[in-house]
Amino acid sequence: MPTYLLLIPFLPLLSFVFTFLFGKRLGVQSHWVPIVSVLISFFCALYAFFQVKNGHGVNQDLYTWISSGTMTIAVGFLLDELTSVMLIVVTSVSSLVHIYSVGYMKGEAGYYRFFSYLSLFTFSMLMLVLGNNFLQLFFGWEAVGLSSYLLIGYYYDKKSAADAGKKAFIVNRFGDFGFILGLFLIYSAFGTLHYEPIFAHIDIIANQTFSIFGNTYYLPTAIALLLFCGAMGKSAQLPLHVWLPDAMEGPTPVSALIHAATMVTAGVFLVARCNPIFSLSMTALNVITIIGAITCLFAATIALTQTDIKRVVAYSTVSQLAYMFIGCGVGAYSAGIFHLFTHAFFKALLFLGCGSIILGMHHEQDVKYMGGLKKYMPITYWTFLIASLSISGVPGLAGFFSKDEILAMAFASPVPAGKFAWFIGTLVAGMTAFYSFRLFILIFHGEFRGTDEQKAHLKESPKVVTVPLILLAIGAVTAGHLGVPTVLGGDANWGHYLEPVLGHAMAHPSHFTEIILMIISVGAGAFGIFLAWKWYVKEPEMPKTIAERFPALYNLSLNKYYIDEIYDFALVKPALSISRNVILNFFDIGLIEKVVNGIPKLIGRASGSMRKVQDGLVSHYLAYMCGGAVFIILWMVVGA
Amino acid sequence: MSFPILSLLIFLPVLGGIALLLMRSEDVKNIKIMALIISLLELACTLPLWFAFDKTTFHMQFVERHSWIELFNIEYYLGLDGISVLFIMLSALITILCILVSWNSIQIKIKEFFVAILLLEGAMIGVFCSLDFFLFYIFWEAMLIPMFLLIGVWGGPNRIYAATKFFLYTLIGSLLMLVGIITLYIRGGNTFDILALAAMDFPVGLQMILFWAFFAAFAVKVPMWPVHTWLPDAHTEAPAAGSVVLAGILIKMGAYGFLRFSMPILPEATVSMMIPMLVLSLIGIVYGGFICLAQTDLKRLIAYSSVSHMGFITLGIFALNTQSVEGGILQMINHGVVTGALFLGIGMVYERTHTRKISDYGGLATNMPIFASFFLLFTLASVGLPGTNGFIGEFLILLGSFLTRPWVALVAATGLIIGAWYMLWLYQRIFFNPVNSKWDTIKELDAREIATLMPMVVLIFWIGLYPNSMLSFMHVSVSHLLEQVTGNPEGIASGVQLAVDHNYEAASSAVHHLQQAVEHVQQVSH
Repeated sequence: MPTYLLLIPFLPLLSFVFTFLFGKRLGVQSHWVPIVSVLISFFCALYAFFQVKNGHGVNQDLYTWISSGTMTIAVGFLLDELTSVMLIVVTSVSSLVHIYSVGYMKGEAGYYRFFSYLSLFTFSMLMLVLGNNFLQLFFGWEAVGLSSYLLIGYYYDKKSAADAGKKAFIVNRFGDFGFILGLFLIYSAFGTLHYEPIFAHIDIIANQTFSIFGNTYYLPTAIALLLFCGAMGKSAQLPLHVWLPDAMEGPTPVSALIHAATMVTAGVFLVARCNPIFSLSMTALNVITIIGAITCLFAATIALTQTDIKRVVAYSTVSQLAYMFIGCGVGAYSAGIFHLFTHAFFKALLFLGCGSIILGMHHEQDVKYMGGLKKYMPITYWTFLIASLSISGVPGLAGFFSKDEILAMAFASPVPAGKFAWFIGTLVAGMTAFYSFRLFILIFHGEFRGTDEQKAHLKESPKVVTVPLILLAIGAVTAGHLGVPTVLGGDANWGHYLEPVLGHAMAHPSHFTEIILMIISVGAGAFGIFLAWKWYVKEPEMPKTIAERFPALYNLSLNKYYIDEIYDFALVKPALSISRNVILNFFDIGLIEKVVNGIPKLIGRASGSMRKVQDGLVSHYLAYMCGGAVFIILWMVVGA
Repeated sequence: MSFPILSLLIFLPVLGGIALLLMRSEDVKNIKIMALIISLLELACTLPLWFAFDKTTFHMQFVERHSWIELFNIEYYLGLDGISVLFIMLSALITILCILVSWNSIQIKIKEFFVAILLLEGAMIGVFCSLDFFLFYIFWEAMLIPMFLLIGVWGGPNRIYAATKFFLYTLIGSLLMLVGIITLYIRGGNTFDILALAAMDFPVGLQMILFWAFFAAFAVKVPMWPVHTWLPDAHTEAPAAGSVVLAGILIKMGAYGFLRFSMPILPEATVSMMIPMLVLSLIGIVYGGFICLAQTDLKRLIAYSSVSHMGFITLGIFALNTQSVEGGILQMINHGVVTGALFLGIGMVYERTHTRKISDYGGLATNMPIFASFFLLFTLASVGLPGTNGFIGEFLILLGSFLTRPWVALVAATGLIIGAWYMLWLYQRIFFNPVNSKWDTIKELDAREIATLMPMVVLIFWIGLYPNSMLSFMHVSVSHLLEQVTGNPEGIASGVQLAVDHNYEAASSAVHHLQQAVEHVQQVSH
């Protein structure tokens, strides 16, 4: 196993162990080990990228993890094109977030704890993308979940934060429930959980069916949809999206790294990694496309009305993740991964920008109390603008290339829901531009709406915060140029590079169609920006008028379609009530305990002397025991 | 004749306990040190088992065989195989930790307490070693007495009720087993030799009756639903050491009983009772999990979680294939480690707060960060996070039961969700949330307490990251057992109904894209 590859995940692991154990003593210096180790990981990841580019991929086992009977599962690494891209995304964003956190987390009580968790997360995420088998993927999958739990609940003495961490973990378990059953089904069909033998013999399942409860299902559909359950949990797709907005309780750098750029994209990575399985099932692809499209629209409509800046960006993340799933669902996996890549930069930038604003505003997150920050925070302003333009799909910026690639592929795809997804995707492109610039204008333009004290303290964040912003802004501009489509004179490098793993898209639109589609989506984005400008700069009373005209719609969006309340009413409360009233009080205390305690009481009532059975003297019990034994022996011997 | 190491392991703690009895009761410090030394010595004596055990044979090892009561053909017959060997070491380890956690918390009859613990250890090891049914029964019943005393003398306010309930429950079950043993003795041609009985063919009708007779003893011990209600009371009232040994070893005896007696001696009955056993296990998993959500008492919650986790173990055992049974045995160790560790932790915090009510806690992570970290790890191992030992066991059990009957794994996997729910909820209410001002001056763990918890941390990661070091002990013995029961060394693994149907067509019209990806992966791997 090449050393550079081992260093990529294990340096952050060592850093976690070291910082967790000794960080308290290091105090304000405890960030050095994590930062240095993640930077080395980053350079190793770059090296790994060029190794793969030169044809030196790796697929090697480290040691046998579990072996039982005919089943053997190793801990091993697979380095191919897909992995190399993910490695760069994870280590680069993680490095920047590490550095940014030095400024953002300054003076926090659990400073070392924060950095050790960041390292733990980086390790876990790298294990997830590097594994050469499903079980190691699952290891990373759960370990990033743990890191997320710890970091969301970083301010553990705040009940809402502790609640949010727990919620994230448990909601993800619902997804994992399907995921692990999918793994069992894969094992039943292939007798292994390692990628290489599975994908090499994928045609084994091409015509197979699976029967349970008297129903017969097409095996690839069953496997694909079960795996997708896991992806829906981790990547916050309907109906398992509820944890992600709450996860904003965590410190903002965490939101940028885990809940925007890396962990939440693990579901997309899973689908892309398993593309040979998904490609066998039109049903599964169709389901993914539909769920993606619905989630895309759903989250965007919520983002329209939220006033907590982090929540707006969180719902925008859900919506953008849905784009990635649309890409995968229509069979254009490399387009999905492309959007994953560009999104990592502009969304991390948006979140870190929010963090910078929150620092400037002394932990005020509500946009109602902001406004006119442009002159106080120029760097934050310009970088935030770049990110907003990028997510809005303005031509030339990263988001434009990847989003349009997905929309074009959806339009041309043979998957039945493809055109539907294209329509929704284009509509949401307009909404995205609108809510992004609504947020942007409310934060940076107009009059300051906060207190005078807040105003007096407004200033730009320190360099350690702004430099990562600038670096990410460069990424948010340039990342898209890695995959300029041929129609715009590029050579579609991105798709070619990933082709060995992800294959071709199912169908391409003609160049003419592609140009038309591009014009439509850019037009939608431009209209969104225009509307935001018109309603929030020119006619600022307009949003209120609209909200008053359609109160039902407005409240539905503001209250996130009441999904949390519905879950609470339909799932959580009944489960707790059944536990207490039916299982504990009725069955356990009312039935089983009555019978158990009733027997001695019955005997006791029937015969006074027998009441001594419960006298609690061990000598008596011994006597009963021996007496009984002798009696039974005699009875057996005589009886026989 | 080789060195009688098993006798040494049984009688070292017994003789040590007797020696302790001879010491002056006031000499508290030396009594504790003496008990600790004996238990450490015992653990040291188990080490040869680890190194000398031959993993390539299912035959009994370290065998000692002497005739004892010739009139009834009763023998002093000891031996170990891959199923029992690890439990000897676990018992020795758990005993040490029980002694350490009781160092300051036991205030009355200190000498007698440590004597009881050591006698219990001897009896437990005796149970795992016995190959003669009569001898087994003696050790089995002998365990009851010190455990009864641990609860009844050093327990909480309601200890007499709990101890009596524990005693009567297990006794009634044991008596039915005794009937079964004697029946086997008579029908098997006057022998108590377990291996000889396993080689015989008993009529199926008799097997069924005996199966339920043994079930009575073992199911109560596990405890399986619906005979579980003694466990929450026993755990709640027992002192920390009592809970630890109860969760760590004692309730494993039931599952061990199924593996050692019910399955090899009554194979036909085991196979035909498979589904009812699986269903009872599933009920235990789900019922035990949900009931945890309604608990207000710290120890009761962990006790009920044991019902759920032990459901996983019996599920694995009765799913009757390699992965599930090996997972079940591994999970017996895992549950001993993790739940033992949880009870150790609870004992430590109870010593400081003297309350078991969950709502009395809150925000402990602020003043006890080290303890919070330990407890978090135990919580995560309990919910089966990969990397910890709990995951390996649950994964093998679920995979194995999926291969036997997919719907069983489907139901059992809901336990993963419920388990995460109640454990994280518990953790939050104790360690997170605003700090309860009552505990502003609570003391962090001291060195002794950290030393008590460390072995469990090591085991959690060791088994979680390198489970083969444990599983390799079991492979041959489990294959042998499955061959005895099902006639196939891999057991039942044909429950997944797959069929070929050419009506389905791949979604991708570009078939060559698939082939390309395949070729690529192959290239990369070479």
